[in-house]
Amino acid sequence: MAECHPVGFQWVMEAKRRGATIIHVDPRFTRTSAVSDLHVPIRAGTDIAFLGALVNYILTNELDFREYVVAYTNAATIIDETFQDTEELDGLFSGFDEDSHSYNPESWQYAGADEAAADDDGADGPKGDQPGEEEKETHDSARAQAMGSGGPSVPHKGRRDETLQHPSCVYQVLKRHFARYTPEMVQEVCGISAEQFHQVARALTENSGRERTSAFCYAVGWTQHSVGVQNIRTASILQLLLGNMGRPGGGIMALRGHASIQGSSDIPTLFNLLPGYLPMPNAELEQNLDHYLERDEGKAGFWGNSRAYMVSLLKAYWGEAATADNDFCFDYLPRLTGDHSSYQTVVGQIEGRVKGYFLVGENPSVGTSGGRMQRLGLANLDWLVVRDLQMIESATFWKDGPEIATGEQRTEDIGTEVFFLPAASHVEKAGTFTNTQRMLQWREKAVEPPGDARSELQFYYELGQRIREKLKDSTDEMDRPLLDLAWDYPVEGELREPSSEAVLREINGMDADGNPLSSYTQLRTDGSTSCGCWIYSGVYAHGVNQSARRKPHWEQGHVANEWGWVWPANRWMLYNRASADPDGRPWSERKAYVWWDEAANDGAGSWTGEDIPDFIADRPPHYEPPEGAKGPDAIGGSDPFIMQTDGKGWLFAPAGLADGPMPAHYEPPESPMRNAFYGRQNNPARKFVDSRHNPVHAQGSHVFPYVFTTYRLTEHHTAGGMSRTLPFLAELQPEMFCEVSPRLAAERGLTNGGWATIITARTAIEARVLVTERLRSLRVGDQMVEQIGLPYHWGSNGVSTGDSSNDLVNLTLDPNVFIQDKGGTCDIQPGRRPRGPDLPSYVEEYRRRSAVDEDQRSDRGTNP
Amino acid sequence: MTNSLYGRLDDVQADAGHDPSHPPRKGFFTDTSVCIGCKACEVACKTWNRLPEDGISLSGMSYDNTRALSAETWRHVAFIEKPVHPTTTDLGLPGMGPPGFEAYESGVATAPAAEDQGALSGDGSIRWLMSSDVCKHCTHAGCLDVCPTGALFRSEFGTVVVQQDICNGCGYCVTGCPYGVIGLDENDGKAHKCTLCYDRLKDDQTPACAQACPTQSIQYGDVDELRERADARLAELHAKGVDVARLYGRDPEDGVGGNGAFFLLLDEPEVYGLPPDPVVTTRDVVDIWKHVGAAAATMLALGVASFLGRRQS
Repeated sequence: MAECHPVGFQWVMEAKRRGATIIHVDPRFTRTSAVSDLHVPIRAGTDIAFLGALVNYILTNELDFREYVVAYTNAATIIDETFQDTEELDGLFSGFDEDSHSYNPESWQYAGADEAAADDDGADGPKGDQPGEEEKETHDSARAQAMGSGGPSVPHKGRRDETLQHPSCVYQVLKRHFARYTPEMVQEVCGISAEQFHQVARALTENSGRERTSAFCYAVGWTQHSVGVQNIRTASILQLLLGNMGRPGGGIMALRGHASIQGSSDIPTLFNLLPGYLPMPNAELEQNLDHYLERDEGKAGFWGNSRAYMVSLLKAYWGEAATADNDFCFDYLPRLTGDHSSYQTVVGQIEGRVKGYFLVGENPSVGTSGGRMQRLGLANLDWLVVRDLQMIESATFWKDGPEIATGEQRTEDIGTEVFFLPAASHVEKAGTFTNTQRMLQWREKAVEPPGDARSELQFYYELGQRIREKLKDSTDEMDRPLLDLAWDYPVEGELREPSSEAVLREINGMDADGNPLSSYTQLRTDGSTSCGCWIYSGVYAHGVNQSARRKPHWEQGHVANEWGWVWPANRWMLYNRASADPDGRPWSERKAYVWWDEAANDGAGSWTGEDIPDFIADRPPHYEPPEGAKGPDAIGGSDPFIMQTDGKGWLFAPAGLADGPMPAHYEPPESPMRNAFYGRQNNPARKFVDSRHNPVHAQGSHVFPYVFTTYRLTEHHTAGGMSRTLPFLAELQPEMFCEVSPRLAAERGLTNGGWATIITARTAIEARVLVTERLRSLRVGDQMVEQIGLPYHWGSNGVSTGDSSNDLVNLTLDPNVFIQDKGGTCDIQPGRRPRGPDLPSYVEEYRRRSAVDEDQRSDRGTNP
Repeated sequence: MTNSLYGRLDDVQADAGHDPSHPPRKGFFTDTSVCIGCKACEVACKTWNRLPEDGISLSGMSYDNTRALSAETWRHVAFIEKPVHPTTTDLGLPGMGPPGFEAYESGVATAPAAEDQGALSGDGSIRWLMSSDVCKHCTHAGCLDVCPTGALFRSEFGTVVVQQDICNGCGYCVTGCPYGVIGLDENDGKAHKCTLCYDRLKDDQTPACAQACPTQSIQYGDVDELRERADARLAELHAKGVDVARLYGRDPEDGVGGNGAFFLLLDEPEVYGLPPDPVVTTRDVVDIWKHVGAAAATMLALGVASFLGRRQS
C-alpha cells in the first residue's frame, strides 16, 4: 500500500501512531513492510491457504464474534442437503460439469428454496451467467438469490438454526470445509512458519469484538489471480466472522489501480454492466424490459426497485423518445452475446473478428498481461484510435514494437491505421474522481489543454455529434438509438467543451420538470424521472454540486461527510446498521457509529449517528417484515446487508459465484507445487485464453523452476506513459530491474547491478539485477521456492526504457471477472537476452525443452 | 567557547545582522521512522526549484538511484537495507552495499536461524531504512563562513541561501560543508543547494518537500517548536521500546551549533551516510587567526629584535 498508494498510506501511519498494529502479507519485503509491525512473506498465489487457515483458527477456537455472526450473517441458514463440499469431491463442489468446466449452482442453495421457488411466480430458472467486476458480484448474487430462495410467502432468510448446531447450517458447513486449513498446511503451502501464522491469528482475534475492529486493505495482489474473487471472498468471511463489516475501523478496502477506477465501475467501462451495476441485457434471454427486470423486481432489498433505476436510466439516455409504449427504448440497448471481456477481444483481434479499437488512457502493449498477444491484436486491426497524454507504445508498436525488432512482424505488413489524438490531463478538464471509498470529488480545470489536446467528454461528444450529423437523414431503424440520444449539453469556453457539470446533473437525475432529485428513492417507474446512474442520485441534490464540497475536517464531525459526496446517499460506510447491535444500540461506546434513537421522530424512533444510516430510517431494530413484503419493505430490522435478499452477510454464497460457494485453495495456473489440499491442481472453473501465443507451463516444470510476480513501484505509474516520459520521475527508477534473493543469485550466478534474462514460454525479457534480502527464499514443505520480483512499468518509449514484464505473463482467467494471474513460473539466466531473430528461437528452444507447445491443451485432463 | 563561528547560538539571525524583529528561525524535522520512501519530496523539490534530472541510470543501491545530494538534487531519500541478525554463511557473492555492512561488504548473506523456519532469511532479518536527507541549514554554516564573495547569506528565517548571481564558483563552500551537501553545477559552474524554499517562505508557504510529504515525515516549522516535537516523538518511541531511535542535529551544543534541519534516525548516523559528529570546518578559525596573529607578532618582534640587536652589536 505504501508502494502504490503512498498518499492513502498516510492514514495507516496515522493509525500506527495511535497504536494500531500493522501486518503486511506479501511475497516481497516492500516499503509497506519496512514500516509494518510484522511482515509475513508468502508464496505468491497461496492467499486462500493462509486466509482459510485463519478462518479455521477462528472456528476451531470459537473466536468468532458470535452475537454479530448469528444476527447479521447467514451462519445459521441451512443449506440444501444435496450440497457436496470439496471434502467429499476432492476439490470440487457439487454441480461441476467437466465438459464445460463450469458449475451449476443449484445444489448450493438454501434449504427449502425449491418450495419457495414454486410459490414464486417470478422465477423461471437460472439465466446465463454474466459475471463482471467484483462489485457486480453483489448484484449477480442478488439476482440468483432472488430467483432461487427468496419467495414471497417464505421468510427470505431461509430456514435458520440460531444455535448453529444443525449439521447443514452454514456455520457447520464452513467449519468442515476449512478444517484442513491448518497451520501445518500454511507452512507446507505458503511457506509461512506456524509461529508467524499464530502471531497473525492472535493479533486479529484479540482485536475483535464489541470494542475492537480490524481492517483489511488489498490491491491487485489479491485480485489478479485465477482465484481472484475467492481471495476477496475469504477475506470477507474472516471479516464477517470477526464482526468487522459495517463497523468503524473495519471493512475490506479495495485499493484501486488508478484514480477513479471506482468511477469507471460505477459508470462502467466494462462490457457487461450499465451504470449503477445494472446488468447489460442478454441477447437471448432478455427481449424486453419485463424480461430483463423480472429477476430482481419486487424481491427483498433495494434491488427490488430496479425498474425505477432502469427506466430512469433509459430516460436519461433517450429522453423524450423513451416512452412506456416503446418500453422506454429498451430495445436500443446493445445485448451481450457472450464473453466480450478484454482478453477475449484481443483473441478476436488476432482471429480477425474485431476490426476497430479505442484505447483511451490505456497502454496494453505494456500495461496488460500477455503484451505480445496485445500487440499481435493491435497489428491485425483496420483502425485504432489512441487517446493519451504521450506517444505510448500501443500507438507505435507498428514501427518499434518488440515483434518488429525480432523480425516476426514487418511494418509494411501491418495494415492498422492508427489515429493518435492528444488528450487533456486531469488538470486540463473539470469533472469528478470517484475514489475507492465511493467518494466523488469535483476538480476544477486549472489550465486549458495545450494544442489539440481535448477532454474525453469533448471527444466523445464531438464524435457522437458528427456521426449523428452524417446519419441525420437515415431512415434505417438501426440508426435510431444514435439519432434519438438526448444529447443537448451546453458548451462552454473557447474550446466549446460540453459542460461537465451538466453531465453530472444528468447523472444525478431530474424529475419531469427538470428539477434535480435528491435521492434514488425518488426514482419512478413511470418515466417521470430520469437518472444517469441511480447510485449517484443525490450528488446534485438541491441543485448544488455536492461533490465540490470542501469543508475542512476540523469544522465538522469526525466522519467529515461534508467533504465531497459519497454514494449512495452520502453514506460513508456501507451496511452501517451493523455498527449497532440487534437491539439498535452501539456495540460499545468506543465503536458507536449509527444507532436507533427511540425518542426521535416523536417517539416513533429513528436511526441516527455519526454517518447517514445505510438503512431505512424509521425501521425499528426488531421489525419483522409481513409475509409477501417486497423490495425495501421486506428488509427486517436486523438485516444490515440491505442489498442482499436475505439481508445477511454471506459466509457461504448460495449463488452468484462461478467457482464455488466457498473459497478453496487451488494452485496458480503455473506453479512449482502440487496442490497439497486437493486432487484438483487448479481452479476447475478457470477460463482459458485459447491461442498458440499463450502456452501455459506445466506444474513443477524443471525448465521453469522459479516463481515470478509482477508489480508496481511508487515512482512509476502503471504502463509508464505518465512517468517514464518525465525526467523527474524516470530518474528515480531509471531502468527495468528484477529483484532476486541472495540464494537465487548464487544459484544462477546473478550479480547485483548486472543483467539477467527472464524466460517463459511466451517470451524472454532482460532486466538489471537487484540482489536483495527483501526477496525471501521460502521453505515450502520440503522444497525451497525462489520468487523473482518484476516491476511492469517499462516499454520502448520515453526517457527511461526497458523490456515489459507483462510480456512474460500467461493468460488464465478467474471465471467470475476474467482477470489473469499476475505471476507465473519462469527461468532466469545471467546476461542480456538474445537480439533480433535469435530471441524467438531462444524462447522456442525453451518451449521445446519444456514440451510446452500447441498440444499442451490436451493435457488438461491429466492435469486438472 | 562561543562565538559566531562555534558553540551555542540562540539567535542566528541577529548574529547575522538581521533586525531583532526578524521572523522565527524556520527549519525541518525529518522523522525517518514514518518515512515510506515515496520520494515525493525529491520530485516536489525538483519541480518547484526547476532542477534538472541528473542521470537516468540504475545505481544498484537498493531503491536509491539518486545517490547523493548535489547542485541538481536538494532532497535525497536514502534506502538502506540492513540485515538485523547476520548469521554468516558465505555464498560467495560480490559486495554490493554501502560500506559498513558486514553482510554485504563480505558478500555474506543471512541464513535461516533454524531449520524449520519458513522464510530462509527469517522474518525481521532485514530492515529497510529510509530517510530524506537535505541541507542542514547549520547554526554555524561552514559553507557560508568560507564564502569569499558573500554569495551565501543567512536569511531572515535563519536559513542559508546561495545567490548564484554573486557566486564566482570558487568551490570553497563545497569543502566547507561537513555533510557534503552543497555542490557546483556543471552547467553554470556555480554553487547550488536547498534554500528551504526561500521564495515560498517569503510568501508564508510551506517548503515544497514538506508540503508533498504524505506521512508527515518531513515537518516544517519554527525550529524551537520542531525541537520540542522531536523530543516528544523520541520519548514516545523510547516508551514503545524503539530504543534505536535517536535525534540527529537537534542539539544546539553540537559541532555545528545544531541544525535548522534535523532528524530522527533509527540507527547510527553512519548507516544513513551522515557524519557521526560533524564539526563546522571553521570552528578553529578564531584560534587559527589567534595563532597566526601570535606568530606574526612573534615574527615581527623577532625581526624588530634582530634589527635592534644588530644596532647594539
